[in-house]
Amino acid sequence: MARGKKKQKASGGAGARVRAAELRTRISRLRSRRDGTVPAKDAVAVVDDILAAGTRISARSRKLRAEIRRLSDFIHAARSGIVAVRTDEVKKEFIPTATDELDAIIEATAVATNDIMDATETIDKVMGTLTGDASAQLMDVTTKIYEACGFQDITGQRITKVVKALKQIEERVDAMVAAFGPDVDARPAKTAGLAKAKTTDGGAKKLITDADLLHGPQLKSAAKTQEEIDALLFGPGR
Amino acid sequence: MAVDKNMKVLIVDDYQTMLRILRNLLKQLEFLNVEEAKDGSTALALLRKEKFGLVISDWNMEPMTGIQLLREVRADPALKSIPFIMITAESKSENVITAKEAGVSNYIVKPFNSETLRAKLVSVLGEF
Repeated sequence: MARGKKKQKASGGAGARVRAAELRTRISRLRSRRDGTVPAKDAVAVVDDILAAGTRISARSRKLRAEIRRLSDFIHAARSGIVAVRTDEVKKEFIPTATDELDAIIEATAVATNDIMDATETIDKVMGTLTGDASAQLMDVTTKIYEACGFQDITGQRITKVVKALKQIEERVDAMVAAFGPDVDARPAKTAGLAKAKTTDGGAKKLITDADLLHGPQLKSAAKTQEEIDALLFGPGR
Repeated sequence: MAVDKNMKVLIVDDYQTMLRILRNLLKQLEFLNVEEAKDGSTALALLRKEKFGLVISDWNMEPMTGIQLLREVRADPALKSIPFIMITAESKSENVITAKEAGVSNYIVKPFNSETLRAKLVSVLGEF
């Protein structure tokens, strides 16, 4: 009986050594990955196997094991969080839309500023035909308008900085997706699968909620002209 | 010595709006002979072609920035004595120090007003 237990213990020890060697090989494979990143699922698998291996552990090892467990839970939670964020939607829709909107702000303020300056230059010309107080007053006013128009340069530069920051966020999202594996990116974008309602004739049509209609100003390329809107409202067959 | 208001002034900025503002403010200060460039390299080519009495340049432009333009101007024996005012939203002290080390004549932070522009012109060119 005692001999049997001893034999079992010996074979168990050999098995543990093989498992430990296997783990070491897997860890060194992860370490030697050329791109310097480790897919989260591979890291989690190794951590899980470390946790499952061996039963005789010291108090220090227990503490280490608890830390590794927490790390594993954290990675699982981060992965779930990233899936919930729908990275494909962030990359393909939110960031490009945000940058387009910001570019549109720069363009719109530039156009408005130039219109203001056109008008101010006209006042400047009229001012040249006047003398005395009237001319001096107009000069003061036009100077103030020119100074105020400087806002377009400053806001333009600030918006350009925000666009750069958004592009950096996009790069970070790409890096996260690469680290957590392709399946994180595989979920379809929310907008691609808009809720559909059955029509009475059996076809499917989009169910549009009030919230779906809150778009704000449209970019030129997506906007309807007044003529198109008039045609929609009052055109033939309406 | 009186300031020659007919001197050619080169204004450099990649924002068309800012070029227009500067041109108009300079016009109100009676500097009417103003030329424009949209980046440092275009400005440098103009400076090497024509005689200018003053350069007013933005910092943040591509492909050649205002600070690079300043260094090129100061390194060129034919251009090095041209007064050079930097007019920029870059207001960190390291920017100002770098510009000073490169030989800037004066430095205006955006947004600015006509009074500041006038004061800097006086400090660089003399009373007018």
